[in-house]
Amino acid sequence: MGTKLIQIGRRLLQAVPSVFGVVVISFVLTRALPGDPAVYFAGAMADAQSIAQVRKALGLDRSWIEQFFIYCGNLLHGDLGMSLNTGRPVLEELMTRLPASLELTFIGLGLAIIVAVPLGVLAATRPGSWVDHLCRILVTAGVSLPTFFTGLFLIYLFYYLLGWAPSPLGRLDILYVPPPHVTGFFTIDSLIAGDMETFVATIKQLILPAITLGLFALAPIARMTRAAMLGALASEYVRTARANGLSRFTVLGTYAFRNAALPVLTTLGMVFSFLLGANVLVEKVFSWPGIGSFAISALVASDYAAVQGFVLSMALLFVAVNLIIDLILTLIDPRVGMDV
Amino acid sequence: MTRFLKHFRYVMGENPVTVIAFSLFLLIVFLALFGPWLAPYDPLATDAALNLKPPSWAHPFGTDHLGRDVFSRVIVATRLDMGIALSAVILSFGIGSALGCAAGFWGGWTDRIVGRFTDTIMAFPLFVLAMGIVAAMGNTVANIIYATAIINLPFYARVARAEAGIRRNAGYVSAARLCGSSDARILATQIFPNILPPMMVQLSLNMGWAILNAAGLSFIGLGVRPPAAEWGIMVAEGATYIVSGEWWLALFPGAALMLAVFCFNLMGDGLRDLVDPQRRT
Repeated sequence: MGTKLIQIGRRLLQAVPSVFGVVVISFVLTRALPGDPAVYFAGAMADAQSIAQVRKALGLDRSWIEQFFIYCGNLLHGDLGMSLNTGRPVLEELMTRLPASLELTFIGLGLAIIVAVPLGVLAATRPGSWVDHLCRILVTAGVSLPTFFTGLFLIYLFYYLLGWAPSPLGRLDILYVPPPHVTGFFTIDSLIAGDMETFVATIKQLILPAITLGLFALAPIARMTRAAMLGALASEYVRTARANGLSRFTVLGTYAFRNAALPVLTTLGMVFSFLLGANVLVEKVFSWPGIGSFAISALVASDYAAVQGFVLSMALLFVAVNLIIDLILTLIDPRVGMDV
Repeated sequence: MTRFLKHFRYVMGENPVTVIAFSLFLLIVFLALFGPWLAPYDPLATDAALNLKPPSWAHPFGTDHLGRDVFSRVIVATRLDMGIALSAVILSFGIGSALGCAAGFWGGWTDRIVGRFTDTIMAFPLFVLAMGIVAAMGNTVANIIYATAIINLPFYARVARAEAGIRRNAGYVSAARLCGSSDARILATQIFPNILPPMMVQLSLNMGWAILNAAGLSFIGLGVRPPAAEWGIMVAEGATYIVSGEWWLALFPGAALMLAVFCFNLMGDGLRDLVDPQRRT
């Protein structure tokens, strides 16, 4: 257990340069505005005096190194600047919208895993069968389909033609009152409040955007599962297990899948990166009130502090996700770190 | 060369899907080059009397909310979409392979700096980083290209680094060194041509993802401005009409986008078969 703790500590240290790099790049992005950043941050109605004020407030009259330390100091206090669009602090805006985005992303990713992992396993155990072909078609289609296009197509089919889905506008139909805020996840909050009607309405709104995201995430997960399972099934330990007469289920589940799960888990990190990007597009298509929609309206309104706050928080979230995945890998895989 | 042609025919014969992909590719190139002359209508000409008409013989893909012919717009947009993706991919190919070659060939500090740089880019969700770059540098088509190039850079740098690292001590490199060639010369004349095949595979696979990325950026309103014809922005314009049943506005540009990406992905797989020595018999 001691060595594992050391490994975990080492992995935590490895995250430090990533975070530093992310902070440096977002600093460069906030200062790379064409022309004078102070003019932008002061807003359209600013006169010379307020521009000078903003310049001083942002520390733009000092050297780049000093500016960088001021920027880091502000970040440590959770200060991402003010959103020109809404007049509220960017951090507050992001925090109120984050649960909506996370709820959607997690459910989309969950759906993708539920479908993709069994599909990949089946395709690997029966190469050349119809399952294998289905897997291949889904994988190729999945990487070629633009997310926003899939979303629109689903809306046309299930809302306009079949009328099964509610109108694709936001997290909850206007007839319903959002459940009392506990976690910010409407599904969990409505269950806590014991309000089944709201829960069902929330799920109805969620299902189409979640499927859209899921279809997008499905391809890489299924491909990786199939490849990893094929590799594991061809290995010597599986051959030995088979030779020892273990049941098919034990061989597949305990021997092959537990080893194949490791590369799949690693891929999830990359999938999450793509999902955070795709989330922005899906949120626009379904008018989902998450941080993606917030970033788009900020982009359109040239609200730079809000956009950069969004980019920075997404990057930090992604670094955290990668860290968690690596920690899980360390915990479940005895081989991780053996060569260190 | 005849051996290559024979192999080309073999790969094509073995996998009919690759043939389809290459034909689609030729069609896309043709449309990108001659699109403006092939389109039956002016892609920008509006006609209020003809707005939101479903597909018909006169307008095979229907007309949009301003009465513009969707078929013409989809054809004309090919050049802009391909132009953006190709420029971005060429930029990241050039810079990425230079950085990757240097890192793989010299190792040491060069490698560490390049590695740290690419890792930092990869620490961001890539589409989100592209949004941030466009927001910071200004909302223009040129900046869409730069942003797409920057987020694709790590992929090229990694492939080039790995391939150059394998070859840094190869026989022909030692021979060139013995002949008195400088490092820069060896990189340019010995290493680079030899890592070109795997890089081309990467390029083709990457092209599809660059098209998706650029279209995604213009879908959320960055870069290309209306009334320009571009697939991403056309889908965005059509999105408002999908809830009222006018499906053709979004479907056709979206399908064009999907086919283009599909074609480049399949072609990348085909190219991989073509250059992969393990499959060459």
